Amino acid sequence: MTAQATLPAPPGPLARLRDPAWYQEYGVYVAVAAVLAFNALFTEHFMTADNLRTQLVQVAPVVIVALGMALVIGTEGIDLSVGSTMALATALLPLYLGYGLVPALLVALLAGAVVGAVNGTLVSLVGLQPIVATLALFVGGRGLALVMADGQLKQIVNPDLLALGTGSCLGVPTVVLIAAILAAAVALLVRRTTFGRMIVAVGGNRSAAALAGLPVRRVLTGVYVLCGVLAALAGILATARLTASDPSSLGTLMELSAITAVVVGGTSLDGGSVRVLGTVAGALLMQLLRATLVKHDLPDSTAQIAQAAIIIAAVYVARERRSR
Amino acid sequence: MNETTPVAVAQVPPPRKRPAVRGDGAPHRGAGHRPAPARRLLELLRSQGVLAVLLAVVTTASFVYPTFATLDNARGVTVQASFLAVVALGMTLVIITGGIDLSVGSVFALGGVLAAWASQWGVLPALLAPLLVCGAIGLLNGFLIARAAMAPFIVTLATLLAARGLLLAVTDEGATTYLVPKGSAFAGLGQGSVWGFGHPVLIALVLFGAGGLLLQRTSSGQTLFAVGGSSDAATLMGLPVARTKLLVYTLSGLLAGLAGALNAARLSSGVTIVGVGMELDAISAVVIGGTLLAGGAGSISGTLWGVLLLAVIQNLINQIGSLNSSYQSVVSGGFLIVVVVAQRCLARGRRAG
Amino acid sequence: MAPPEAVPQQEQEQKQVPEQVRQSAPAAVLEARSVSKRFPGVMALDDVSFSLRAGETHALVGENGAGKSTLIKVLTGVHRPDGGELRLGGQPVRFARPFEAQQAGISTIHQEVNLVPLMSVARNIFLGREPKNRIGLIDFARMHGEATELLDGFGIRVDPRKPLHTLGIGTQQMVALARAVSVDAQVVIMDEPTSSLEPREVETLFRIIGNLRCQGIAVLYVSHRMDELYRICDRVTVLRDGRHIHTGDLAGLGRVRLVSMMLGRDLSEARRTGLTRFDGDGRGDGHGDGRGDGHGEERDEGNDVAGTPERTPALTATRLNRRHQLHDISLSLYGGEVLGLGGLLGSGRSETAKVLAGALSLDSGELTVGGRTLRRMGSAGAIRAGISLLPEDRKAEGIVPGLSVRENIVLAAMPRLSRFGVVSRRKQDRVVDIFMRRLRIKASSPEQPVGELSGGNQQKVLLARWLCLEPKVLLLDEPTRGIDVGAKAEVQSLIDDLAREGLAVLLISSDIEELIEGADRVVVLRGGSVAGELEGDAVTESRLLEALADHSPAPTGKAPAGQEDPR
Repeated sequence: MTAQATLPAPPGPLARLRDPAWYQEYGVYVAVAAVLAFNALFTEHFMTADNLRTQLVQVAPVVIVALGMALVIGTEGIDLSVGSTMALATALLPLYLGYGLVPALLVALLAGAVVGAVNGTLVSLVGLQPIVATLALFVGGRGLALVMADGQLKQIVNPDLLALGTGSCLGVPTVVLIAAILAAAVALLVRRTTFGRMIVAVGGNRSAAALAGLPVRRVLTGVYVLCGVLAALAGILATARLTASDPSSLGTLMELSAITAVVVGGTSLDGGSVRVLGTVAGALLMQLLRATLVKHDLPDSTAQIAQAAIIIAAVYVARERRSR
Repeated sequence: MNETTPVAVAQVPPPRKRPAVRGDGAPHRGAGHRPAPARRLLELLRSQGVLAVLLAVVTTASFVYPTFATLDNARGVTVQASFLAVVALGMTLVIITGGIDLSVGSVFALGGVLAAWASQWGVLPALLAPLLVCGAIGLLNGFLIARAAMAPFIVTLATLLAARGLLLAVTDEGATTYLVPKGSAFAGLGQGSVWGFGHPVLIALVLFGAGGLLLQRTSSGQTLFAVGGSSDAATLMGLPVARTKLLVYTLSGLLAGLAGALNAARLSSGVTIVGVGMELDAISAVVIGGTLLAGGAGSISGTLWGVLLLAVIQNLINQIGSLNSSYQSVVSGGFLIVVVVAQRCLARGRRAG
Repeated sequence: MAPPEAVPQQEQEQKQVPEQVRQSAPAAVLEARSVSKRFPGVMALDDVSFSLRAGETHALVGENGAGKSTLIKVLTGVHRPDGGELRLGGQPVRFARPFEAQQAGISTIHQEVNLVPLMSVARNIFLGREPKNRIGLIDFARMHGEATELLDGFGIRVDPRKPLHTLGIGTQQMVALARAVSVDAQVVIMDEPTSSLEPREVETLFRIIGNLRCQGIAVLYVSHRMDELYRICDRVTVLRDGRHIHTGDLAGLGRVRLVSMMLGRDLSEARRTGLTRFDGDGRGDGHGDGRGDGHGEERDEGNDVAGTPERTPALTATRLNRRHQLHDISLSLYGGEVLGLGGLLGSGRSETAKVLAGALSLDSGELTVGGRTLRRMGSAGAIRAGISLLPEDRKAEGIVPGLSVRENIVLAAMPRLSRFGVVSRRKQDRVVDIFMRRLRIKASSPEQPVGELSGGNQQKVLLARWLCLEPKVLLLDEPTRGIDVGAKAEVQSLIDDLAREGLAVLLISSDIEELIEGADRVVVLRGGSVAGELEGDAVTESRLLEALADHSPAPTGKAPAGQEDPR
């Protein structure tokens, strides 16, 4: 009979350490803990509330973008245009702040939604590969932002917007709070809503999802829109923190940071799973590593090369598991 | 035991067939399509569209802006374009195999810095240093993509970062700018000219000639198309798929490094902040030039026209003066969407017969 | 297995010794000796021996999973055999890569044209061995000349500069053939070469095969089209379940005999007339699922055969057409009956099911479900109309491996089991609990990833996915393939129960016994057309085999529609 012979025997602790799947699953949490432990022991002034708060504030925009990216990657997609979307959002803010904070925020978020809608349409209706579809706005988005901003850096003086960047609630910076709420919301979306489950199903087996009558195209478009909106929000928060709108540099290489967070967090690029907590931990890990290297007076160059090596290793581990 | 799974699936779905014979009594004739006019137009647009657009833009601009159609301006534009052209040449080869190389911008900058640093020992080291290091980065890309079967975009995004890191390491975290000795042979390589056209332009043209020969007239070139067009078919035909991928990424690294070195020679220094976003310009030029981003089709000449078109548009934006220079990337992005969607429609038309 | 009817042949081929193939015929070009190939969990080839003689056209037949593909892959160097050896021209050979097999003179034409569509005809033919001029560059003039010449030899006139994709599939197939032959092949393997050819293109192909034969080239011809095999093949090898069943001359071999060997049915056993199990079951009383189908008019009660005129069918398909796949397929499906859909591989069974479920589009034809005519409905529309399809390929189109048993079950029903877009775990758990119990799905918990389950349990999960939608029409495409005996019996009895409850079930199976035992009526497809229909007492193994093999007119019921099969 159909015994449960296919169930893997519970591996012993040592066997786990040799299993790449285990690393993909839990490696990121272990790594975060290890980095924190290392710093607690060897780095002065690292485990202080101040420093940790700084780290969290710095990582918040990456987390927000990575959440959207995780959803997109969950559908076996990729969105290269997130950095450009951030630039668009930051360029639009000063143009509409005259009408008040809320209209400006809405316009910026709408821009993100439009970018996502274009990407999503190209992927779901035109049927382009995600990397090809999002390339156009990766190229053109930042240019558009610079054109709108007339290529200039603009100081932000609107106190409400600045409060978004510097304010805090019960000692927790607003930015961090927003990122945490969004992470919880996305986790809820993925786990508890039909849309979230459809994302995972579409990424896990698209033809099965289509045969089951799921609205595959609508799900794909929706995911890219969501990713665009989240990127725009990250752009807004980063602007508020910078106290300036700088479309030429805001969000450069954000696509890489976001993809890294997702991949290091244990999500496979092949789709079919969205690991929200892992993604947050992945972003945190990269941030902490960087901070550790800086605190130990290791130059930026080393940090970048280390980051590259970690990305390659994370993707390689994920690939290992797939090929088995 | 997958009886139902075809051994290999062609990447572009084969067309639905027309009746092989149209009852005209000639039995064994190839069942050729008669492409609908719209399709024919699209096809023409894909293969020759960029040249037509380039000519139209140049002609219009010559009438509207008297300062445009001058020999001086032409020299300036071509020298400007030559560096991107060399990078885009490598990118064309990569994209034809169905891959992508996002690291070229960083590699370009790294090549420039290394060349400037090594130029103190003469022209040969100044060329060899960037070629060696950048070629090694390309080889690493190729190895991870071809042998470890990792996705090209993520691998090359990582090496983009690594090359930047390396560049910072070489320049004391960006604090040092190496200068090319004035009047040295290496500086001449970037600044000299023949009949008013700069050396970089001539070098780019020679490389494009060689690239064209490689692509169109050698077995290796044919293999590039086969790998990009249908990797499975290429494997079953016994073509060296992995070796071909290694080759193109290495070539892409080499060419990006060389372009960086030439740029440093022209600027007389290894500027560290160049090349940011250059990969996007290169990809844009390649795709606008008619190369399929999905791989399997494309041409070196198209890339040349694509690079020139981008350079001319940049030049015009400068000529107009009142325009923000960022319009260029907006235009590129717009072109990209149009071209990519048109290509996709063509592929669909192909499938639908 | 049963000894084949040894018919004395007057052809110059030597008399066939039925059991063994290891004949030392003087001109055995390619020989496989006791070749075995094992994949995780499957013995794909088990001690298979056969030989290919120079100048013969040798048919290789077998149903899904028989091992044809694996054998071809072993012969062409894609797979390396785990046991046994290959001999080429009497010498043992080992191929590490497809390239080496090609070098040795074994060329393959795959079912899907295995060329590069965007490249020109000539480049495709000469890829990897282009003619060069003195300085080592490709000599295009010569290449185009040689390509034209080569294709001319096949009677094809085509501009070798044209991209391959601009040609019809048939011509592309010829180009593939040209490439295969131009490498000085001794052996050409053709895997379903005619599956997408027009009749006239098929003629061209056969002419070329004739030429090859004259040149002493051996052709291994894989197809399931009986007509073709009997027209052009000299000998046939039958594989089943990875084992060699039979090799012998084709000319004296009856079609029914051949089909029965492919399907693993003993002829003597097949002669027995068996009744379907369900006669007298009084099934199909229409109020199991109620709504829609049955409650119009009731038909005569009791042990009637299905298809009595006054019943309203749950689903009617009229003259369905799909290019190259389906030709004028018409069938009706009634609540409370199991309609079997028989046919050999490639007969259009799965395509018919997919069309009915909205997963494939139609070129023409009409679908009526519960009295309403549906046009372009798509999968979601079909599900709304109460049609569910259990797809043939469990892995590719069925399970979402990373998701849990629970989520796989509720996948299609998700919108119904949620409120305001939020998944209702309570509702889900209720449904999942019911079906896990009813179908006896064995999983450590509903939260276990479905990818970890056995094939039989995965299939049950998929059945549960469709059943929890409470469909009126259930299309089952090979519901018991690749699952163990116990699960198979469970699934089969479940099908019976469902039909008894009033569901209209379409059962596709290549397992003859399953069809005969399980179905009230059987519609037989051949070459994408309805070839016959059996009902009631006529649903017997011999009749089914005959219909499958196109041996004689279908016994009772409707006259065979596709007598003059276009293929």
